[in-house]
Amino acid sequence: MSKLHSFHGGIHPPTHKKESTQSPIMTAPLPAQLIIPFRQHAGEAAKPVVQVGERVLKGQLIGEPVGAISSSIHAPTSGTITAIELQQVAHPSALPDLCATLVPDGLDEWGVRQPLSYRQLSSVELQKHLRRCGIVGMGGAVFPSDMKLSHPVVVNTLIINGAECEPYITCDDMLMRERAEGIVRGIEILRHALGTDAVLIGIEDNKPQAIAAMQRAIDESSHPFKVVVVPTLYPGGSAKHLIKVLTGVEVPSGKLPTDVGVQCFNVATAYTVHRAVEHGEALVSRVVTVTGNVEHARNYEALIGTPFSDLVALSLPKADTDRYIMGGPMMGVELPAVNVPLVKASNCVIAASDALFPPQPPAMPCIRCTRCAQACPAELQPQDLYWFAQSDNFGKALEYDLFDCIECGACAYVCPSSIPLVQYYRYAKSEIRARDLEKRAADLARERHDFRQFRIEREKQEKAERLAQKERAAAEAKAAAAAVAAATPADPDADTDDTQQIRIDAALARAKEQAAAATPKNTETLTPEQRAEIEAIEARRAKIHDLAADAGADDEPPKNSQGN
Amino acid sequence: MITALWIMIALAALLGMILGYASIRFRVEGNPLAEKIDAVLPQTQCGQCGYPGCKPYADAIAKGEADINLCPPGGEEGIHKLAELLGVEFKPFGEDAQPKPKAVAFIDEQTCIGCTLCIQACPVDAIAGAAKQMHTIIAAECTGCELCVPPCPVDCISMLPIEEKLTNWKWRYPVYELRQTS
Repeated sequence: MSKLHSFHGGIHPPTHKKESTQSPIMTAPLPAQLIIPFRQHAGEAAKPVVQVGERVLKGQLIGEPVGAISSSIHAPTSGTITAIELQQVAHPSALPDLCATLVPDGLDEWGVRQPLSYRQLSSVELQKHLRRCGIVGMGGAVFPSDMKLSHPVVVNTLIINGAECEPYITCDDMLMRERAEGIVRGIEILRHALGTDAVLIGIEDNKPQAIAAMQRAIDESSHPFKVVVVPTLYPGGSAKHLIKVLTGVEVPSGKLPTDVGVQCFNVATAYTVHRAVEHGEALVSRVVTVTGNVEHARNYEALIGTPFSDLVALSLPKADTDRYIMGGPMMGVELPAVNVPLVKASNCVIAASDALFPPQPPAMPCIRCTRCAQACPAELQPQDLYWFAQSDNFGKALEYDLFDCIECGACAYVCPSSIPLVQYYRYAKSEIRARDLEKRAADLARERHDFRQFRIEREKQEKAERLAQKERAAAEAKAAAAAVAAATPADPDADTDDTQQIRIDAALARAKEQAAAATPKNTETLTPEQRAEIEAIEARRAKIHDLAADAGADDEPPKNSQGN
Repeated sequence: MITALWIMIALAALLGMILGYASIRFRVEGNPLAEKIDAVLPQTQCGQCGYPGCKPYADAIAKGEADINLCPPGGEEGIHKLAELLGVEFKPFGEDAQPKPKAVAFIDEQTCIGCTLCIQACPVDAIAGAAKQMHTIIAAECTGCELCVPPCPVDCISMLPIEEKLTNWKWRYPVYELRQTS
């Protein structure tokens, strides 16, 4: 057994895990309709690739990834897409997001599944397959798993996170108890893709059955994976803290685990990787804990897109349930409504009531007791961060490494003044992110404005140059004409001072020549009468021409002179 | 006595030459204060301050010719930042220069006649189009300065406030529920 390390702080909240581990995972019945959000992963939302009214098969791609950090979305069962529209999703803002509505046909008919034998595949091919199958981190951060395998540095330790430190949640515990073999197979695929030797599986000591099951599966598979039992301490399931406990290496601020040669995956992610690679199944369902103020707390294997209300109804919520929390009681968010759909990130839903979670007493002023600093696993100074966040002093909050805060809630849990500290940190973080975006937009605008000024100036200059060139050319032509005129004094009528006049005269002469050269073609075969008529017309024309010339000489319009 | 005088004169001349050389060699291009002020300004280039762009306004503030409360797009926070940078008192906005919610321009493409007047007015080249061709706003680059609105002869440009979506949603400042006790 390797030596265990420890991290700073941490708390021991009541775990409440026994309630939901009494019965095995139950497959939830097919709901009447599924609502599948296109944004279920970190990064860009997927782009819909199905039409309303289209029949889809289970596992068929309905949303394709956009950009590098994105993932695919699949139809969780066979049926008809009845709508692609904005619907309420499991987000604390209660704002709607783009979702597909799928009405199942009850057949649950799989589309094409492509199992792969991963041993022949390179890491890149595996990454592509995982991206196609929509595999994301199932621990809650839903970061695309393919991105976590495409690492530029060498990873020498793969850590599998089975700690599940947050109270109430037992989905990973039950998955390890019941599907340890699949998890171990998935771990082997991840190990193969990363090319690591050492694999450590960290499980908290409050899950003896899961530990035994995993150990048994590893013994049967004869892979050299090591199950490491870690002491139960919240938030020991945070990736950085589990890495610290298992390896003693601390991931530096602002760095990724791969920078210290470690990569970390959740046990449920390993299981979905196994399903995706060895069965060709896209991520269309997950295990979710339904617990809290319900009669039958347990875990369900539910399709992505199942409304939470359906799952909760299966567990019979008690009468005084007044709200629902997605995730655990420490880091979870309150659902805006209970009919929002289950997503890839949903590991738990807790029915809450005032009896179960008594309302926080009113916040009192901070007395700087620093109990929060003692509890903070990120070794921050929460009391200072609180002070900066509540006074909008974001620069100072950044200096005190606000972004190292994992929002675990340990500080707020121990605060004797009941200050909602995490809410302040979340507020400050999103304000800082928004300002950062604004700053970048301003820089872009400045750049574009500067370029526009430069362009206008350049265009002005080019115009001036063109004009100058024209003038120069005209002057040269004039000079040349003058030279020609000087050389040929035999033409005294030529207006030597006016090049334009020269050109006009030349053009007139050319026109005359052309007119003389061209003989009318339809006058050769005419009768004498016709010739006489033409001549009469010509004579009239000449007379009018003379009259006009006279009138012109009198400097009066011909019409007037005739009228007088 | 005379020697001392000569020494002092020689020293003064030497130091003067060094200073003169340094002022040429280490000359700072532009006005560093104006650059710092420009970095604080929101770069909408809207001209609401009365200057033709953010840089001229920054220059005017640096010279002490303009007040710090003339930039509505920067908001009160912008004034606070300027006040802090310049070491002066905060000054609230005047009656006629109140900040508005952020917006982007939108061209009703059915009405647009392709006159290019808005393209010429846009300070950040955020309008795509050509003569007698339909124009459209590149929303990601629009600063919401409204300069394209007045030149449009057919009034087809409107300012749409930026809506709150999942992608730009922010956590709110914690508020406490007040409960009635009696």
